[in-house]
Amino acid sequence: MSLILQNVSFTYDRGGSNEKQALTNIDLEIGSQEFTAIVGHTGSGKSTLMQLLNGLEKATEGKIYFHGRDIYEKGFSMKELRSKVGLVFQYPEHQLFESTVLKDVAFGPRNMGWENLQIELNAFQALKEVGIGEELFDSSPLALSGGQKRRVALAGVLAMQPEILVLDEPMAGLDPAGRQDIFQMLSRLHQERNISILFASHSMDDVAEYAKRMIVMHEGKIVLDGPPRKIFRYEKELKQIGLDIPSVTKVMHRLRDRGIEIDDSCLTVQESAAEIVQWYRKGAIE
Amino acid sequence: MIRDITIGQYYSTDSLIHHLDPRVKIAGTFLYIISLFTFHSLSGYLFAIAFFCGVAALSQVPFSYLARGLRPVIFMLVFTAALNLFWTPGESFFSWGIIELTWEGVEKTVFISLRLILLVLGSSLMTFTTTPNQLTDGLERLLSPLKAIRLPIHEIAMMMSIALRFIPILIEETDKIMKAQAARGADFETGNLIQRIKNMLPIFIPLFVSAIRRAGELALAMDARCYHGGKGRTKMYPLQYRLTDLLAYAVCFFYVGILIIFVP
Ligand SMILES: Nc1ncnc2c1ncn2[C@@H]1O[C@H](COP(=O)(O)OP(=O)(O)O)[C@@H](O)[C@H]1O
Ligand SMILES: [Mg+2]
Repeated sequence: MSLILQNVSFTYDRGGSNEKQALTNIDLEIGSQEFTAIVGHTGSGKSTLMQLLNGLEKATEGKIYFHGRDIYEKGFSMKELRSKVGLVFQYPEHQLFESTVLKDVAFGPRNMGWENLQIELNAFQALKEVGIGEELFDSSPLALSGGQKRRVALAGVLAMQPEILVLDEPMAGLDPAGRQDIFQMLSRLHQERNISILFASHSMDDVAEYAKRMIVMHEGKIVLDGPPRKIFRYEKELKQIGLDIPSVTKVMHRLRDRGIEIDDSCLTVQESAAEIVQWYRKGAIE
Repeated sequence: MIRDITIGQYYSTDSLIHHLDPRVKIAGTFLYIISLFTFHSLSGYLFAIAFFCGVAALSQVPFSYLARGLRPVIFMLVFTAALNLFWTPGESFFSWGIIELTWEGVEKTVFISLRLILLVLGSSLMTFTTTPNQLTDGLERLLSPLKAIRLPIHEIAMMMSIALRFIPILIEETDKIMKAQAARGADFETGNLIQRIKNMLPIFIPLFVSAIRRAGELALAMDARCYHGGKGRTKMYPLQYRLTDLLAYAVCFFYVGILIIFVP
């Protein structure tokens, strides 16, 4: 119930030479304590949608409500919205600029005008949460490794104490271990701090493993919205809009195509293995 | 946020002007700018405006878009206009306190502003109708005689085209960084001058870091493809004059000729 989009449309460069409608009639509700993935082909409008959520771009049509209040209303504090709806851009490590890690993470809280003590405390806590050790607090953010930089950038948004954390392709350019780290961190934040997570992704395997809800976008519209397990049944439709299904689910679909009586909605390797073993045993008994 | 910048940007249409050889457009623009300083009469201004409007209409670039090119020079325009308006001696027709307006001042203001506007519009029409690559190609060819006196024309042109090529990328990057910092509550609009400059640091530092990184990557990529300067290099699409280009030259010289011979 915390963030509601009502019939929202957005056009880039309105009236200009490269006018481009990026979003069309979006209706969406992001509740508290969600773990949601936005998937879609490149150019489907994921990044644009994310920038509307914290008021960085203004919807050309439609309304957005945060905790019941119209965010385009006069007197609504955009600053507060940006702290409550934390947005982590794609390749966020490119925006680090301060001389030390701690200072960079404190940039957001400082802009919120909080007390010095609280700023420091939040920055400290955020860095701990993303797994950056104290020995790195005073080093230059530019001297860190790629994975560390990304975590520091993430901490910079976390330190503003968001209720909803929006991440644009948080795994882009990371190796498998790095991806897993980020996801485990997000899961922990989701569970321990009750933060609602919304992330854009290209990897269906990641989506299947972590997301509880999945929003599929195509050409600026939301075409499917529901639990991944249900959505991955539409293999053909997804393929038509340039999307895949998790490799495990694909295997299960193929097995079923060959007349093997199994539940083909499995999303993880363990689940599928159990399902196959069960089917095998059943066959053995008969 | 800073997507409004249009100077030096290409506006794609399929017009006759777009298809002209870049050398014609560079030389023509140059001639046009010089021609603006050859006359002192109303008929001259009218003629120059008419010529510009004709070319602009042929180019199919919308006028509203052309006018945006004036935005960066508005301050200069207003400033020169004010200077001329208030400080030209002559026959006064209005005075209020120390302010005194003269007919000569009004005339001079109108003419100088017109000249400035035409100058900017003329050169932006060239950049609207010519891609940066064509522009540097044209310049390189036009300036190639200077190679005889050992000026590194090819290298200069290459540097220019790289710089131009990166302008849109850097603009996009700036936009992205500004948004990312705004997402962390950064404020670029309030505060006094020093405060505002300080507020720009979170944009400039990442921008420089990425520009330097890109430059390094590009240099490596060029090296990897054995780039070694202009010596012995040929073009994939060599510039070649066609009939329309020669006609366009003729029209330009005709215009300048009429201005010089018939217009005071
Ligand atoms: N700054 C911009 N100016 C103009 N058009 C843009 C801009 N950013 C994105 N677009 C266009 O909007 C559409 C949606 O883009 P985007 O939201 O980035 O999609 P995604 O993140 O799903 O790849 C694309 O067609 C893209 O070309
Ligand atoms: Mg994107």
